[in-house]
Amino acid sequence: MLTALPAETASGVAAVRRPRRSRALWLIALIGALTVVMTLSLVIGTRAVALDDVWAALGGATDGFDRASVAKRVPRTLLAAVAGAALAVSGAVMQGVTRNPLADPGILGINTGASLAVVAGLAFFGLSAATSIVWVAISGAAVTALFVYTIGSLGRGGATPLKLALAGAATSAALASFITAVALPRGDIAANIRSWQIGGVGGGTFSSLGQVMPFLVVGLVVCLLSAKALNSLALGDDLAAGLGERVAVARGAAALGAVVLCGAATAVTGPIGFVGLVVPHACRLLTGVDHRWLLPYSALGGAVLLTASDVVGRVVARPAEIDVGIVTALIGAPFFIWIVRRSKVRAL
Amino acid sequence: MTIDHTLEIEHLTLAYGDRVVVDDLDLVVPPGRMTAIVGANACGKSTLLRSMSRLLKPVSGRVVLDGSEVHRLPARQLARTLGLLPQSPVAPEGITVADLVGRGRHPHQGILSRWTTADDVAVAAALDATDTTVLADRAVDELSGGQRQRVWIAMALAQQTDLLLLDEPTTFLDVSHQIEVLDLLTDLNRSRGTTVVMVLHDLNLAARYADHLVAVAGGRVHAVGTPHEVLTEDCVRAVFGLDSRVITDPTTGSPMMLPLGRHHRAAAGA
Amino acid sequence: MSAADVRDATRASSAIASAAHEVARARRARGRRRRTVIGVLVAAVVVVFVVSLMVGRTFYGPAEVLGVLLGHDVPGAGFTVGRLRLPRAVLAVAAGLCFGLGGVTFQTMLRNPLASPDIIGISSGASAAAAFAIITLSLDDAQVSAFAIVAGLAVAVLVYLLSKKGGVAGTRLVLIGIGIAAMLDSLTAYVLSGAAQWDLQEATRWLTGSLNGTSWPQVVPVLIALAVLTPVLLSQSRDLSVTQLGDDTASALGVRVDRTRLIVIVAAVGLISFATAACGPIAFVAFLSGPIAARIVGPNGSLLVPSALVGALLVLVADVVGQYALGTRFPVGVVTGVLGAPYLIYLIVRTNRAGGSL
Repeated sequence: MLTALPAETASGVAAVRRPRRSRALWLIALIGALTVVMTLSLVIGTRAVALDDVWAALGGATDGFDRASVAKRVPRTLLAAVAGAALAVSGAVMQGVTRNPLADPGILGINTGASLAVVAGLAFFGLSAATSIVWVAISGAAVTALFVYTIGSLGRGGATPLKLALAGAATSAALASFITAVALPRGDIAANIRSWQIGGVGGGTFSSLGQVMPFLVVGLVVCLLSAKALNSLALGDDLAAGLGERVAVARGAAALGAVVLCGAATAVTGPIGFVGLVVPHACRLLTGVDHRWLLPYSALGGAVLLTASDVVGRVVARPAEIDVGIVTALIGAPFFIWIVRRSKVRAL
Repeated sequence: MTIDHTLEIEHLTLAYGDRVVVDDLDLVVPPGRMTAIVGANACGKSTLLRSMSRLLKPVSGRVVLDGSEVHRLPARQLARTLGLLPQSPVAPEGITVADLVGRGRHPHQGILSRWTTADDVAVAAALDATDTTVLADRAVDELSGGQRQRVWIAMALAQQTDLLLLDEPTTFLDVSHQIEVLDLLTDLNRSRGTTVVMVLHDLNLAARYADHLVAVAGGRVHAVGTPHEVLTEDCVRAVFGLDSRVITDPTTGSPMMLPLGRHHRAAAGA
Repeated sequence: MSAADVRDATRASSAIASAAHEVARARRARGRRRRTVIGVLVAAVVVVFVVSLMVGRTFYGPAEVLGVLLGHDVPGAGFTVGRLRLPRAVLAVAAGLCFGLGGVTFQTMLRNPLASPDIIGISSGASAAAAFAIITLSLDDAQVSAFAIVAGLAVAVLVYLLSKKGGVAGTRLVLIGIGIAAMLDSLTAYVLSGAAQWDLQEATRWLTGSLNGTSWPQVVPVLIALAVLTPVLLSQSRDLSVTQLGDDTASALGVRVDRTRLIVIVAAVGLISFATAACGPIAFVAFLSGPIAARIVGPNGSLLVPSALVGALLVLVADVVGQYALGTRFPVGVVTGVLGAPYLIYLIVRTNRAGGSL
């Protein structure tokens, strides 16, 4: 009878236990980072505001310029955090569902599809209600996702990461030109065409946030519930089925959650790319490939990244603002290139 | 008929970055003969061949063709004397056999020269020698593996060089196509006196078809000579790390290597 | 040799002789097809060119247009045709030629139809530099062109260096180029938003390409680039075709691959950059011209000239359509974008189906 574990097993067990402890620590660190960044977002802007004015404004006081600006920044900050979380989780889930390190709602063209749907809705059907816009965006995202996946899976090897990324890039380019074509002649909505070509959080209001929150919550819940299934799917469809996972259902549900998240986010912000690519990869360094940890981490990481990008966008080009979509592209594209370079050719 | 060329390799060292692949190697390629280079994977055989056709610059040492260093010769002039068929040649989509074989005439055509009858005859002769004349108008990507390899050889033939280097020309072919290609090369060597140097994977085919065998191990020449001299049990052990029995092939009289792995050693009583 | 041997030998050599005739005949037929296609393309370009000068808010007949072209003083038409429409049409042709040449050169050299300069970031780089030069630095046309070509070359070097690991002709290169293009497009958007007002006209020019408001000073650098760089490209055309067979095979056939590649890339980038500096990165023209030319000319032979002509035709037609055929005026880049995008997807679908790799 064993009374003590042999040395190797003991240290092996310890090695497994250690990451769990450090994972919790990192989580707390991320929450702290988010708080800091969100505060910065309230403080910084065309005018810098002192912290006690921020407190007062949060409490409801809107007298004086400073407190009024803060009041305007609150929904913007919240939107950045929430959209960032949504996009990051969406990207993480897409990477899991397609087993593709290059998956991201921007790269796969899904954001552009959502935007096009909204632009078409505004231009041809005169949509105005915020809720219907969100539904349209989600439908656009879903159709685009199906389209890109179908094209990317044709031929030998199915949907390999490179083929999928290429299909996504092509679709994104195609849809982007359609957006310009549809919106350009429409003087009435042309003023807003920019926000459908490059994403930004500047237009965030409490009401738009309120309209979109239910969708985001539903999407997030679906994704979090799919975490365990995603772990099995990572081993390959055959192995996952062998482990008792209902592969098609699990994939469909997870994909749906991802689509709802990015569709809803895009409905309010326009297409913001690369968040869904960068954040999950960065978080994997801390959490490993366990989706039960990866998804919450990605949510927090995405919130931090997007809020921080918005702050940077407001600071760097004072008094003008750089849209968040530009900042994330400037950060995310080099990252994307790094991933493409790093991955082994065969696997990719 | 071809003229005899001397191709000699002197103290050749080749490296990819820091990794030395060929180390101080000496070799003389006998003119007008079929030479086969054999060795384990990554022993430097392909690298050696690439250096002979000037695709890779040596770290030290030289490759000498008819007294001039290969790397000093003008590219076109070299291409008229020495032809290379690399391991995985690429055919552009939709190109026809006739056009691909015609590309082999490139070294003989300057920027402004037009196609001459001599070019057409060379192409036709190459198609005839490789038995691909009926395929002339077909697209290369529609052909079978064996047919495609014959077409690539036809392209090398259209170049009308006296030396032909082939990097693993039979590796991805099934056995009937392998024999097809090797028989074709033998015809070339016998009827025109083309010097053939080929890297081969299969020891036994090499022993059958080559007049001259070079065994490379660890970037150096381990043994060189006729198949009978080179293909011995000691050599196989040294180059491939494999026990074997070497017998005489009853059909051709060349030496034949019978590998002995763990399961067959006892049965063979070795 | 016995009589039978002699007979065999004679039969063999006459077989070869007749085969040689066949080969020559097939080659001449291909040459004829090629010449016919090029002739048709040239005619088409001329026709659309003249048509674009004739149509507009005021219609001018061919006689009047011809008068202006010959330098006669034609009342009414002189200004509209000579000052407004003519530079625009000339730039359309010139830019189309540049894009067509540049695109097919890259696609041939990198053995990949997706490795077109407007997809892998060269156009985006030239465009970002040009936008920066014009909007932020307010430079003149010659300086803008210089900025553009430097940026174009820098992007080409960057993409090459970053993708060297995966093999120059790989899908990796395309993806890395797409990543760089995305970055550069954001930079362009940044430069544009730096201008106090989001000027949609300027934005469209630098993000999708537009021929609106073309004046002669913009056209001249492009014409010069064409005059200088086209002969350079054409001189390398044979060697370029041979590189399609793979670097090793091409070297074995006597082509100095690295040298050819360098010359050809610099020339192509030059053409693309100068054209982009004048009218922005007209979407997909560089990408589409090569494959379309290959379709109509056939897979054998050099595609440089046919592709240039297809490019010119595409830009001309798209501009005319964009100006007059649809309800509103669309800049040329939007029209080519809408037409080119589905073709891009079709290309991917077709290649994937055929089991090939891009």
